Amino acid sequence: MTAPTNLKYAASHEWVKTEADGTLTVGVSDHAQEALGDIVFLELPAVGRVVKAGETVAVIESVKAASDIYSPVSGEVIAVNDAAVDAPDCVNADAYAAWLFKVKPSNIAELDSLLDAAAYTATF
Amino acid sequence: MTHSSSPAAPQRTPLYESHLAAHGKIVDFAGWEMPINYGSQIDEHHAVRKDAGMFDVSHMCALDLTGADATRWLRHLLANDVAKLTIPGKALYSCMLNDEAGVIDDLIVYYFSAQHFRIVVNAGTAEKDIAWMRAHLPGYDCTLSVRRDLAMIAVQGPNARERFWTAFPGTRAQTESLAVFQGATLPDRPNWLVARTGYTGEDGFEITLPASQAATTWQTLIEAGVKPCGLGARDTLRLEAGMNLYGQDMDETLSPYDAGLKWTVDLKDPARTFIGQLALVTRRQATQFSGLVLIDRGVLRAHQKVTTALGTGEITSGTFSPSLNQSIALARLPAGVAIGSEVDVEIRDKQLKARVVKPSFVRHGKPVL
Repeated sequence: MTAPTNLKYAASHEWVKTEADGTLTVGVSDHAQEALGDIVFLELPAVGRVVKAGETVAVIESVKAASDIYSPVSGEVIAVNDAAVDAPDCVNADAYAAWLFKVKPSNIAELDSLLDAAAYTATF
Repeated sequence: MTHSSSPAAPQRTPLYESHLAAHGKIVDFAGWEMPINYGSQIDEHHAVRKDAGMFDVSHMCALDLTGADATRWLRHLLANDVAKLTIPGKALYSCMLNDEAGVIDDLIVYYFSAQHFRIVVNAGTAEKDIAWMRAHLPGYDCTLSVRRDLAMIAVQGPNARERFWTAFPGTRAQTESLAVFQGATLPDRPNWLVARTGYTGEDGFEITLPASQAATTWQTLIEAGVKPCGLGARDTLRLEAGMNLYGQDMDETLSPYDAGLKWTVDLKDPARTFIGQLALVTRRQATQFSGLVLIDRGVLRAHQKVTTALGTGEITSGTFSPSLNQSIALARLPAGVAIGSEVDVEIRDKQLKARVVKPSFVRHGKPVL
């Protein structure tokens, strides 16, 4: 169970990577994919959708169950990972390579309320 | 409907330590601490479809019935007719009904002689089943004993029997000629029953044995190439095979006719009456047990609403089918919905298209749609 230290985490198990251009890339943690089991379906938000921090924006379905994915920050969805939609098991294979969507944040101060790797792994 | 509540302290099968050693992810199932998987549930599923996998099913409850009136009592208790069992070891699947023809449980009964049967019931219903059975014993010369001293391992898959014989070569001669739904006791292994039954749609054996021998037997089977599989794979396998799960696809509010189990009700002998018979033949069949295949992308799940031309229905079990690579479900639909018709399933405020099929999706490794 890994949690790279260059990422921030939501308690609801999403990871956030700040890109060089200030946009944010979002996925789910290794802990989350492990708990979900074999992932078979992803429903990702529409590009252009304006989301609030904590809002349900995507759904991951494993063989076992469906789980909501929340946007860790507010902003506009500027890209989604169509390749992951076509091969959802890539999230099991490498949860940090298999990003789900990118957000252009409207309030970067929200990043401060996310957890660092140590604080996140202490939650389970 | 009464459901006996799960005891506060979780129960463990004789294989609990074996599951931990194999890194099984333990969950609560009907009050039992059972492995849901040991890694990838999909890999376990494919092992059973393509090779051989095994399940700890020791949480199910074996009961022994002995006595002069054993046959007469079972013919009254069960909707299927044990009188058709004449070969020692032969098994029969049956529902046990209440007076309103609701299904108390589905079970397997093995015939050893007219005075000796083995009954295997579901884990979650065992307590109420035993109470119901005991309440109907007075007036019959027979005794019911609970066999919690036994463990059960289901070895399933196209290579299951061969791998079992590799693990236990001495059993081959006694079990090689078993027909489907037939079991054999082993003279040199007291309290073993090897039966050609299962819950996956594949060939294989269900092995009953003394609890004290369960862990070593499990290990010997692993060494013979049988993959441990959890309840997760067991669920996708049985769903693909179109087999009902008690408590999910049927319960005491439904008759066997509602649950697609008319074939298990035997009305042939006019001299026989069984509990629930009168209600069963007079009550209207409320629903039709059907299969669904999702046409759009998504995953069908229990309790999703189904809209058909004849009214609404409900999914009782749904999953992603690893064999078909699409989502399938069992559903209760209004009686008369045609096979092949398209219906809408509500998934997160969207209406997705699904096709109605016979409730059987995969058998012996092959799609049967």
